[in-house]
This record gives sequence, C-alpha cells and structure tokens, in this order.
Amino acid sequence: MSMTRREFAQLLGLAGAAGLLPLQGFAAKKQPADMYELGNFGNVRLLHMTDCHAQLQPVYFREPNVNLGVGNARGKAPHLVGNHLLEHFSVRPGTLEAHAFSCLNFQQDANRYGKVGGFAHIRTLVERLRQSYGNEHTLLLDGGDTWQGSGTAYKTRGMDMVKAANLLGVDVMTGHWEFTYHQEEILQNIAAFNGEFLAQNVFITEDALFEGADEYVFDEDSGRVFKPYTIREMGSARIAVIGQCFPRTKIANPARFIPDWTFDIYDENLQALVDEVRQAESVDAVILLSHNGMDVDLELAKRVSGIDVILGGHTHDGMPAPSLVKNNGGKTLVCNVGSNGKFIGVMDLDIRNGKVQDYRYRLLPVFSDLLPADAEMSQLITDIRTPHLDWLQEELAVADELMFRRGNFNGTFDQLICDALRERQGAQISLSPGFRWGTTVLQGQMVTMEHVLDQTCLTYPETYVREMTGEELKLILEDVADNLFNPDPYLQSGGDMVRVGGFDYVCDPLAPIGKRVSQMTLDDGTLIDAGKSYKVAGWATVGARSEGADIWDVVADYLRDHQTARISKLNTPKLLNVKGNPGIVDYS
Amino acid sequence: MTMHRRTVVKAMLACGALVGLGAVIPGAAFAARNKDAFSSDDQAKAMQALFDAEPANSQDIVLKAPSIAENGAVVPVTVSTEMTGVESISIFVADNPTPLVAEFMIPAGTKASVATRIRMGKTSTITAVVKADGKLFSTARETKVTIGGCGG
Repeated sequence: MSMTRREFAQLLGLAGAAGLLPLQGFAAKKQPADMYELGNFGNVRLLHMTDCHAQLQPVYFREPNVNLGVGNARGKAPHLVGNHLLEHFSVRPGTLEAHAFSCLNFQQDANRYGKVGGFAHIRTLVERLRQSYGNEHTLLLDGGDTWQGSGTAYKTRGMDMVKAANLLGVDVMTGHWEFTYHQEEILQNIAAFNGEFLAQNVFITEDALFEGADEYVFDEDSGRVFKPYTIREMGSARIAVIGQCFPRTKIANPARFIPDWTFDIYDENLQALVDEVRQAESVDAVILLSHNGMDVDLELAKRVSGIDVILGGHTHDGMPAPSLVKNNGGKTLVCNVGSNGKFIGVMDLDIRNGKVQDYRYRLLPVFSDLLPADAEMSQLITDIRTPHLDWLQEELAVADELMFRRGNFNGTFDQLICDALRERQGAQISLSPGFRWGTTVLQGQMVTMEHVLDQTCLTYPETYVREMTGEELKLILEDVADNLFNPDPYLQSGGDMVRVGGFDYVCDPLAPIGKRVSQMTLDDGTLIDAGKSYKVAGWATVGARSEGADIWDVVADYLRDHQTARISKLNTPKLLNVKGNPGIVDYS
Repeated sequence: MTMHRRTVVKAMLACGALVGLGAVIPGAAFAARNKDAFSSDDQAKAMQALFDAEPANSQDIVLKAPSIAENGAVVPVTVSTEMTGVESISIFVADNPTPLVAEFMIPAGTKASVATRIRMGKTSTITAVVKADGKLFSTARETKVTIGGCGG
C-alpha cells in the first residue's frame, strides 16, 4: 500500500506542521481566508491562467532552482530563482508566498501547505473573483497548453480539457500544445469550445488554400486560420484582446500534425492589428494573450507599441509582479503566470477617458487545501477519469527523493526517465527533451502511472534507439543550448536543455553556438570521441515517427522492476560563467 | 466581386513563370556570366560575377524571411521595394554551398515584389540585392535553421 502524505508526515514527526491541522500551521499566521479576498480596483478585471498542461487534479509543483538569464536578460525577471526571486519581489522567506513562488525548502513546505491547482479548486477561486468584482466586468483568459499533459487529455485528444474549460467559463484562449493533435481534431475541439480561440500569427499555406482550406480558414484574404482578436464591452470600457500562439510550434513540435498551417512572431502584422483596433474599433485598452514565452514578450513589448498588457505563458514563469516595458507608444505590462494550474493572475485595470489609467496586479497561488472543491467540476473530473482509473492509479515505485523536472538542466525525474531508457533499451547514452511541464513527486510518495504520464504524456511518445557519433551528439546539444541561451529572445524556442543520461559535460551558456558544450564524458570517465559511434536511446522525435515502445511504458516497466524510484547519479553539466548569476541556487 | 486570395495566388504563379522566362532569354555572354555567378561557392565572388560591382546598403528594400525557419528545405522569402527603375532582384544565402539562389528580372512597369521559397542547410545571412537604374542596393537578415524539438 502506498504511503500517503499524512503517513509520511507522521513518520517524519511533522504532523503538526504538515497541513493536517491547517489552523495550527500557516493558516493561523497567514489568515488564508484573506489571501483570496482582494479589494476591487478599477473597472475591468482580467483573470489569467496558462500552461495548466491538463492537470485537472491538484498537484505538487516545484519552481526551478536554475533559470539562467543571458545577455540583457541576466538578473532580470523571469531569470531569478530562490532567495534572489524573493528579494526582488519583496517576498518574505518562510511564508506561504515564498513557498509558492520559489523552490526553497520545497519538500518540507509542500508537506506543510499541501497541493496546488486542480480545476475544482480553480473554479471555486475564479467564481469568487468574478462574483466579488461583477461578472460583466470580468474576463477569464487562458494562454494555452491546456489540452495536453495528462493521460485523460491523451485518451480524449484534448476534449476532456475543452469540457473542463467550458465549465470553468474560459472566455478567450490561444494555444501551443493544442497543435500537437491533428488539424481536423484541433478544429473539432475549437468548435466544441464555448469561448473564442484567437491567434493573429497562424497562417494557411498557399498549397493548402489551393486544396480547399478556404472552407474553414477565418479569413481567406489575410490567410489567417483563426480569428485574430475580439472586442469586449465591459461596462463603460471597450477592450480588445489579441491572440498570439506559440510562434515556434512547427519547430519545437511535429510539423506533420499541422502541415497546412504556418507560424511565426509577425511583429509587423501585430503592430498593424494593434493600430487597426485602436483606430477602427476605437478601443480603450489592448490586451495581448500570448504564448510567446516571457523573454520574447519582453522583446516584443519594445518593438510593438500600443499594447497595454501582455498576459503571457509558455515559459512557465510564475512572476509575482508584471515587468514594465517602455516603447514608442508608451508602456506595456508583461505578465507570466506559471504552470500546472498553480496560479491565477488577477489584473485589475482602471480604464477611463479612453485609456488605462492605473492597475493592480496579484498572482494568486491556488492552494487546494484553502479552496473547497467545486462540486460540479469535481463531478466532471470524476466522469472524465473513471474509465481510465485503473491505468492512472497503478502504483509503480516509492520516491526515494524529491522527483521534479523544472529547471534549465536535468531534474531528478528526468534522470529516472534517462536511466529507464538506458536500462530498458540497452543503450550507453539517453536523451530526454527539456520540457517545462511535468509535476513534482515528494520524497516518500508513491510514484503512480499518472505521475509518469504527467512527465511524458504527449502525442508522439514513441522511443528510439540508434547509433550516433560523438559529433552528432554534440551538434544536438549545441543546437538545443542555442534555443535556450541565444542572447536574442527571438532566436530562442522556449523549453530547457535536453536531458542526458550516461554522460556529463561542461556548459558555458555565455559562449556562442558551437562553443557552449565541451568535455562530454561518459559515466565511466572516458571522453566521448567525435568520430566514434554510440548507442543512444530517446523519445519524442519531432521529425519522422519513431518505432519503439511508448515512453511511459518504458519508464513504468523500469519502476515496476526497481520498486524504488532512485537515482544514483544526476547527469547535470558543470557550468562556466554563472558565478553571481541570480538565476541559479543550490547547484553543484 | 473581389478577387479571392486563391485566384491571386494562381495569377502570381503565372507571373512568376513569365519572370522566370526573363532569366533565360538573353544571349551567350549573359548565360556565361550567370553560370559563373550561380556556381560560385563564395557570396562576394558570386556578386562580382553577376554585377561586376558591390551593392550599397539600403533602407528601401523590404526583405521578409522568418527569424527561425520552420523547415530549412523551404524557407519563404519575399523581397519588395518602392524604388523606381528596378531591373532585377537577386537573393543570396551566404552559407549555402552556392550562395546565389535566384535572380528575378523585373520588366519595366512591373511592381518590384517577388516571393519564393529557398533551401537552407544551416543558419545563414540572407541578402537581397536590387538593381535599379543601373545602381546596386542591398539589405540582409539572418535566418536560423535548427533541428528543433524539446519545446516546452
């Protein structure tokens, strides 16, 4: 039988502080009932969620201890971690907020404060925030990455999340992992979605137009596949929301699922749209619901003027306050609200005399123990999960230490995946993508199939084993490192460094492409030879489909065998030129 | 009734074919010059062979290409300019095995705007050269080609 959180806490003698008796723990000090009691400010309330990755149930999620900023991004939000982040945003260490926003003391504080997110708890919070402000003055915006990341999303091709988003009352959304289903499935899901799906930056290819895509595209003349913006009257204020999908979808994910659509950032088109809605639609405020990633949003806010607020996602940065960017047209607030259902951003705007006069912003952590589950949403989630419960709830192994992914380099759960790939596939080396989704499992908790799916569930899960030369391996590492550490945000693709198993390396994030990775050394101490061939196992190929077993089955088999989820060595690189960088703590 | 985008695309393709014809009409000297330019493995030499001169940087050329290519095998590129007396528009990819990718002859009175798809093996600078009233102008930008994957 699995050890529950409660039993584990008792074992550690922390029962009093472990969330069993909330009024004795942080509740008494923090008066948590008040945390969600916001004063009303202004006349428009924007509620923002993003990157929930289909996590219908409450989860643990540890923020990164490595999120390095390079070039102009060094030392600025979102590239701050641990105590550096707390200091920057004036968050007192040891508090509930410090636990929500940082990685510090994660195991201990997660035991104390409990899980985060869960759609039933999110709905309770959203309803409260809407009703206290007035429904007609409130919009709920979802930045995307909603339809992927769980076993039930995979089995229903994202439709479970469309239903959950409908019940939650999402008004507007845009997307990224939504595009990892087939084109026709995406269109079906959008048709079933009660809100509006917006994207100014997805165009139809000319070939597809010839073949009849004009039947479904939003606008044949511009070539836009989706509606680019919506205008909402909210009391006396008239606002425009423009949608911006992840511009690198066909590079970061398989292009084969969406052959007829093409993506990019398209600054100039966006500027033209902003000017158009300001002039022709005479709006008082322009909001960009973006999946660019925060670094791209900060750069875009310099280049494109006339946007009041960018509600951003993709890079999973839970930023307690917006970044203010000045540009030709004035200034733009750039927000990012983390991932996995952990946060709801609340942007209250005072809109008068045709413009935004002032704002108040709060990033609210969704602590599941503090917000009662909404009954209707709980029922929907039960209905969604029931057919798959046997699969999801299989207990595989006990976590020997805190198991997480998020961070620029290997997390402990990544190492499990890499170790499983090597052992089950008989490979010397393994590679695993640096996704930013994937929840956290506490030490002592039972790792279930559902946890493995949290880390691996996508629509191209097939594994591969192939021979690769040392030179090819280095090329891959260099390419991915450039997608992460290129000083020009427009040349980054989001995501973290590829995770590796069976070897270590030295990484200099400040070096140019081709020079960042060196000293690639196998676990037995021998240097990897550029000309020599190695047996490499991996998964999630974006080019052609691989032929091997699904990654979650490989990892589950490994865990069933071992019964304990334990790693003997974390293959994380030695870093150069990161001394004094506030984007890294507790790294060795 | 307005012309549908599809119809416009078809019309553009027809025009493209005519423009293509323009490049093969001239005589033997032209052909030899073109052969040297198109087969050169060095951008400066290819420009020299094609124009016998170096272009000056210009703000008046609009070169559109993705900052990161979705597919290096077919990178969409458009070049346009409002300059008068445009005779040709050429496109170079510095790090391709043979950098000169295309030369479009622009007949007098034609809008100077071309769109094509080019092949790129790796990250490179793309340069557009406009010949107008016998003078050469250029602008350049970089397009990144990556193996992709690993997005979050």
